[in-house]
Amino acid sequence: MAHESTFKPGNSISKWFDDRLPIERMMHDQFGVFPMPRNLNYLWTFGGILTFFLVVQLLTGIVLAMHYVPHEGHAFDSVEHIMRDVNWGWLLRYMHANGASMFFLAAYIHIARGMYYGSYKAPREILWILGVLIFVVMMATAFMGYSLVWGQMSFWAVTVITNLFSSLDSIVSGLGTGIVEWIWGGFSVGNPTLNRLYSLHYLLPFVICGLVVLHIWALHIPGSNNPTGIDIKTKSDSIPFTPYYTVKDGFAMCVFVMLFAAFVFYAPNYLGHPDNYVEANPLATPPHIVPEWYFLPYYAILRAIPDKLFGVIAFAGSISILLFLPWLDTSKVRSSRYRPIYKWFFALFMIDVLVLGYLGAKPPEGLYLIVGRLATAYYFLHLLVVLPLLGWIEKPSAMPGSITDDVLGKKPAGAK
Amino acid sequence: MAQKPTEPNRRDFMTIAAVSFAAVGGAASLWPFIDQMNPDASALSLATIEVDLSPIEEGQSITISWRGKPVFIRHRTGKEIEEAKGVKMADLPDPDARNGNLKDDAPATDINRVKDKNEKWLVLVGICTHLGCIPKGQRIGDAKGEYGGWFCPCHGSHYDTAGRIRKGPAPRNLDVPTFEFVSDTKIKIG
Repeated sequence: MAHESTFKPGNSISKWFDDRLPIERMMHDQFGVFPMPRNLNYLWTFGGILTFFLVVQLLTGIVLAMHYVPHEGHAFDSVEHIMRDVNWGWLLRYMHANGASMFFLAAYIHIARGMYYGSYKAPREILWILGVLIFVVMMATAFMGYSLVWGQMSFWAVTVITNLFSSLDSIVSGLGTGIVEWIWGGFSVGNPTLNRLYSLHYLLPFVICGLVVLHIWALHIPGSNNPTGIDIKTKSDSIPFTPYYTVKDGFAMCVFVMLFAAFVFYAPNYLGHPDNYVEANPLATPPHIVPEWYFLPYYAILRAIPDKLFGVIAFAGSISILLFLPWLDTSKVRSSRYRPIYKWFFALFMIDVLVLGYLGAKPPEGLYLIVGRLATAYYFLHLLVVLPLLGWIEKPSAMPGSITDDVLGKKPAGAK
Repeated sequence: MAQKPTEPNRRDFMTIAAVSFAAVGGAASLWPFIDQMNPDASALSLATIEVDLSPIEEGQSITISWRGKPVFIRHRTGKEIEEAKGVKMADLPDPDARNGNLKDDAPATDINRVKDKNEKWLVLVGICTHLGCIPKGQRIGDAKGEYGGWFCPCHGSHYDTAGRIRKGPAPRNLDVPTFEFVSDTKIKIG
């Protein structure tokens, strides 16, 4: 919530600075006394967790870049050099690789939270769209980072994903091939490709940082949503960000970091694929190509559709459709707590995405293919048909009068 | 002001001209930034390669690397040739020959998949036309798919003994690269 500044410089130096660059004032107003709904649950701590992992990825990535060699003849060996020779290299690399997985896990929970509590609805549409853009750039960054290892999975993932553009050949002959060779810088994935993926992998995290600043800016205009979806109305509905949510976010972060540490120290390769410890070989495809776990649902959608071009369209559409979520959902009620029917469709959608994720790791044959097609159909039906219609059909249940009423357990008007 | 605000004046003209000039200049200066990513002269210069066919026995296949891509060369047996010839055109998902040595609209008959009616030698770019994996079928023990040619394990495309797509998600037949017979036992690809 945009509010009047309450900052008072404590001494003459602070005052001198405040007249020239009021950064202390901004921190005080936006992260000190900033009014937050008093009823946030732990699902609201993932924004802080995500910021933490962005910093982890930046720090570990910058130091890994001091030892990595982006050349087709040396890339794979330089990764092994980091693992075996560089001081603490094993830790830094395992933090970076598993940090990416934790980053996606937190992002998926953060997105699901937004979908369940209607955090994308007015006046938070721009906030949501910026979030989707961050997610897309995250996916691009993760994909490029995975390619740098230059193992068999890296190489063939790049080959398969860049080849998605060749589907444009069926619209304008030669267009797709032209784009693919432009991306490769040759007639196949090779050294020029590796170099440019490295350059962009270093760039995109800073693009994410910029988008995160905009995301937080857009968040601090209306302020945070909350489990009731009701706006802050009176002073008793809110508490200051510090200390209440700095402490809550900090505690959740510690718990999440324990999970991160469990992977880094006890199962650092659990989420990876053994084939990526075999150096890239352009003349032999591994028998079974699977992406990293966080891409599996989209990979399942890509493979569910028998036509190459439409498979690619569905793949791109499954993510870009999220940009329109604020307008696809026609219900005025934000929180699913007060949406008796949507609640069940939301649960079904979550199961659907998990099923797609499971199928993404399986060969596209027989029953897997049939279930994959049904799950893909529901993914789009949910977003394009169920959401718009439900807003009209569903009768929301009675809502509390305010956040305070809800916290104090006052029965909503009209409830039994 | 004496001027009517609705009529374009000299200042409007200068603004439009300056902005247009900057836009065209900006767009033109983008091109080097885009084109630098295209394959450069050193990549293009690796475009041709000569291959000696004499050590390849009937029924054997070899894989060579051309422009960083695998090229399959199979010395086909009589049985394989007969099988490929026996296929009806109506059974082919992709009716085009995809032969760099022929016109684009040539039909995908077996004779159009080879060079100079030399049916023994089948030369193919060994890249699945779906998403670019390398199909299996070059080695003796490999799965060759339901049509005895090649099988792509990534997404399950089956190719026949003329490298034509028969089943699976791949949209096109395997490409036949541009090549010529330098002698009876030597070809030049590219």
